[in-house]
Amino acid sequence: MLIKANNISVVRGNKKILEDINLTIDSKDFITILGPNGAGKSMLLKCLLGFFKPDKGKIIKSDNLKISYSPQDFIIDKSIPITALDFIMLNKKIEKDAIINLSKDFFIENLLKKQLSYLSGGELQKVLITRSLVDNPDLLILDEPTQNLDVSGQLNFYKFLNKIYQERNISILMVSHDLHMVISTTKKVICLSNHICCSGEPSKITQDPEFITLFGHDFANMMSLYKHDFNHTHEGDKNA
Amino acid sequence: MLDGFIINALIAGICVSIIGGGLGCFVVWKKMAYFGDSLSHSSLLGIAIGISLGLNFTIGTFITCIIFASLLTYLQNKKILSNDTLLGILAHAALSIGIISISISNQYVNLDAYLFGDILTVTSTEKYWFIGAAIIVFITLYTIWDRLILMTIDENIAKSEGVNTAIIHSIFLILLVVFVATCVKVVGILLITSMLIIPAAASRQLSNSPANMAFGSAVIAIISVFIGIFSSIIFDIPTGPSIIAILTIIFVLTLLLKRNS
Repeated sequence: MLIKANNISVVRGNKKILEDINLTIDSKDFITILGPNGAGKSMLLKCLLGFFKPDKGKIIKSDNLKISYSPQDFIIDKSIPITALDFIMLNKKIEKDAIINLSKDFFIENLLKKQLSYLSGGELQKVLITRSLVDNPDLLILDEPTQNLDVSGQLNFYKFLNKIYQERNISILMVSHDLHMVISTTKKVICLSNHICCSGEPSKITQDPEFITLFGHDFANMMSLYKHDFNHTHEGDKNA
Repeated sequence: MLDGFIINALIAGICVSIIGGGLGCFVVWKKMAYFGDSLSHSSLLGIAIGISLGLNFTIGTFITCIIFASLLTYLQNKKILSNDTLLGILAHAALSIGIISISISNQYVNLDAYLFGDILTVTSTEKYWFIGAAIIVFITLYTIWDRLILMTIDENIAKSEGVNTAIIHSIFLILLVVFVATCVKVVGILLITSMLIIPAAASRQLSNSPANMAFGSAVIAIISVFIGIFSSIIFDIPTGPSIIAILTIIFVLTLLLKRNS
């Protein structure tokens, strides 16, 4: 067990944002949280990260747990002149060479000298993830990483994420709407609508009545159709 | 040989430029220009209190600005009004109350000196205030530099890496207050924000890293202070506005330089 949410609830005014959430993340887990807007997805992440203390319940962490976090809507202001390399090194005690080696692994070494504000959405996400991995975290938490990416950008990003998951001893917890993209990699899907509606393996979850109620028949059918492995690439993917 | 008062003025100007160079970049990055403006307007109230109580006006300004900055931050977090509106109200309320307080204090006060600065009257003792402030701000900013940049880029990433963003932000505000309190004498309340914004904006055109931008910003401010002070003496024009006019010319030049490169 890396981290565990034990029956946590968050109340704002008279609205229950999170209600009795139980969630355990083990090592080498890949969990995707799915849910409509206002379902409390970001709040759940904030509680797990310790930014926010739940009104009820507890977050239990294993000793020396290292969590890295990549936020929703990451936009870099043009008034800040900073290269990708300087950004990755910011506030980290690590040698430049180690970062250059790491970035070679992820094929982003050509981005290091570029100004952060000149990077595309997809490139920016890769730089963010690379920065998250510098300290060798046990758990990577991603909040809608592909929000600003087009479809080929999303595909490219998930291949990148999958490579990280396969090659490293790391757990991933991600909020995402692109279940069809992660269906082959994610081990578990949690459907959140202020409470946990249903959870389980991605292929099974789409059959769950709760899932169908939450997202409708069309979406559920679409999800089950999307089950395939990414074993080939397209010319266009590289440009994303 | 330069006269003593010119040397004092130059030293004060260099100190303020060094402080403003680094802080100004953050004011630009965090889009806090209006916040800086409100803070400097509130310093007039501090001056009034300082005069009434017979305190040094720098201390009066420092204390009032700290209270004002805390109040502003508190109200901003409450999100009752948009930031813009809130700052608009408080900035001019503070200025008005400050001027009223000075007028009822029944003491002769050269208001112009506070509104537009009077760097040529910096005394030999005051000079050490400037040097002390510059050293303290420089060391503090250097210590929190990485964390402050990280939280400026993204507050949540900084938090997730264990940065205490509330404390770092408070330290930054205190440094800003120190800048305002020292800068009143140099360019005056109405022009303080330009001493933060213009050097940083000019330096932005020429830099590729945060540290470069801060360094460039300080150098540009120092050049303007030198030219501003001497042109004010030679042409007998007000010093504070001269410094800002020179800064503006440099800013336009950097824009042209950037366009041609």
